[in-house]
Amino acid sequence: MSKLTTLHDAVAAHVHDGDLIYAAGFTHLIPFAAGHEIIRQARRELVLARATPDLIYDQMVAAGCARKIIFSYSGNPGIGSLRIVRTALEDGTLAWEEYSHFAMISRLTAGASGVPFMPMNPTGVDDLPKANPSYRTVADPYSGRPVVTVPALHPDVAIVHVQRADAEGNCHLWGILGEQKEAAFAAARVIVTAEEIVDPAVIRSDPNRTIIPALVVDAVCHVPFCAHPSYTQGYYDRDNAFYLEWDRLSAEPARVRAWLDEWVFGLPDRPAYWEKLGAEAHDRLRVEPRWSEPVNYGQY
Amino acid sequence: MSQPGLTPSELMTVNAARLLRDGDVVFVGVGLPNLACNLARRTHAPELVMIYEAGVIGAQPARLPLSIGDPTLVSGALSVVSMWEIFAYYLQRGLVSVGFMGGAQIDRFGNVNATVIGPYAKPKIRLPGSGGSMEIAAWADRCYYITPHEKRRFPPRVDFQTSAGFLGGRAEREAAGLRGGGPAAVVTDLGILEPDETGELVLGAVHPGIDPEQARAQTGWELRVLPALRTTVEVTPDELSLLRQLDPQRIYLN
Repeated sequence: MSKLTTLHDAVAAHVHDGDLIYAAGFTHLIPFAAGHEIIRQARRELVLARATPDLIYDQMVAAGCARKIIFSYSGNPGIGSLRIVRTALEDGTLAWEEYSHFAMISRLTAGASGVPFMPMNPTGVDDLPKANPSYRTVADPYSGRPVVTVPALHPDVAIVHVQRADAEGNCHLWGILGEQKEAAFAAARVIVTAEEIVDPAVIRSDPNRTIIPALVVDAVCHVPFCAHPSYTQGYYDRDNAFYLEWDRLSAEPARVRAWLDEWVFGLPDRPAYWEKLGAEAHDRLRVEPRWSEPVNYGQY
Repeated sequence: MSQPGLTPSELMTVNAARLLRDGDVVFVGVGLPNLACNLARRTHAPELVMIYEAGVIGAQPARLPLSIGDPTLVSGALSVVSMWEIFAYYLQRGLVSVGFMGGAQIDRFGNVNATVIGPYAKPKIRLPGSGGSMEIAAWADRCYYITPHEKRRFPPRVDFQTSAGFLGGRAEREAAGLRGGGPAAVVTDLGILEPDETGELVLGAVHPGIDPEQARAQTGWELRVLPALRTTVEVTPDELSLLRQLDPQRIYLN
């Protein structure tokens, strides 16, 4: 059954006020277009979970979508501070729950696996566990030694961007896989955005690359360039200049509002955004091909 | 400083690179640690295996990675794995020999604060938080840090322990049962701090032309100086030229 729909309709149907959202992607494949659509549809009181909130959550917090943030590294990757989230945490206007990267992915893995928690070896420090009561220490039932646990995370909605998907939502991903698969399996509802919608035969030609199966997917949206200013491996480069520009721009609330007006509220969708970016950006972000060797699955 | 125009970042990065051994499996942080590892791979440690927390094993970046998840790390890498696998199978399982990180604040026993200045619930300055560092500091065989030598970065005790050094001292870390050995060196622009038998960071080396008193003045505790204080070897023209090729736009080597 085809689950193809527009990003507008997918967000309207699956993202509700107050939901816990996990927009996945470790630097790579961050679904910015979905974040912008959520901003346009004025969702409120969201709980935004991501290992690295990145600019997508900085923008959603700036637009007033969020009540709380769950994270493990709140910086502008490779550049410095994530200013809007940081200011909101310092001012006490945004609630937060904090983990390490490993605890964050452990929570998702537990959620994706249908178990209540995940054990981890101790790290020697307890300031964060003291500040966040979701961290617990229990005795390993076999050795008696202490293990640290974190509870399963079950997002209401996961949003995952992928290189290609068929209309049912079987997805091929490559490059940095981050927490895409775990977020999709842990969530109650899954929106997929894809650079390309392909025939199921393309998916079936390379089943080991089907990281996310249609079984867990609710909506499939064809959204080329969805990840800009992050990137899609093999399709376009990361727009580091924008990450730098955001660092300057986000220091001034008036400029942030003007940016949201111009680039989010002032545009209907991602094709309009990509066109507005212009030829210079398109050229700058273009990437030369580097193909893998095909593998032989055999005709059985 | 003998090399014309040698900057503090270059001095730190070259000295950090020299600490790596050929064959080390390094969990690489972005910025100066990344430059140091790439420099080591191009000089004395060609068999260095670079692991990035985004899940890339054996990266051979063709250009300077501008973030921990830069696509140049992926193309030509040995393997790309999920976030779960990099932290569980590689780090927790015990395959990583070196953790290489920057540090906002490092205290007398090598504990690092990357989380908050002031009370946690009402932050004066909110820093990015742990990322991968909480587990890297605990489970890598040994850890190196690169940070400028400023008093505010070296308090006697950090406000918040984001990741473990020797906690209250080496015995406390041992009692915690962590698989990794803890901080092995902190490279600054004045010299190199190393843990003594109690786990306290002491001045093991100064860079050429640096007076140990300069380091003592920029340290928040009564910094002890090793009786056999060393002077680091001058940065060579080859090291400097290779390093500058790695960051031609001087994004990190400012």
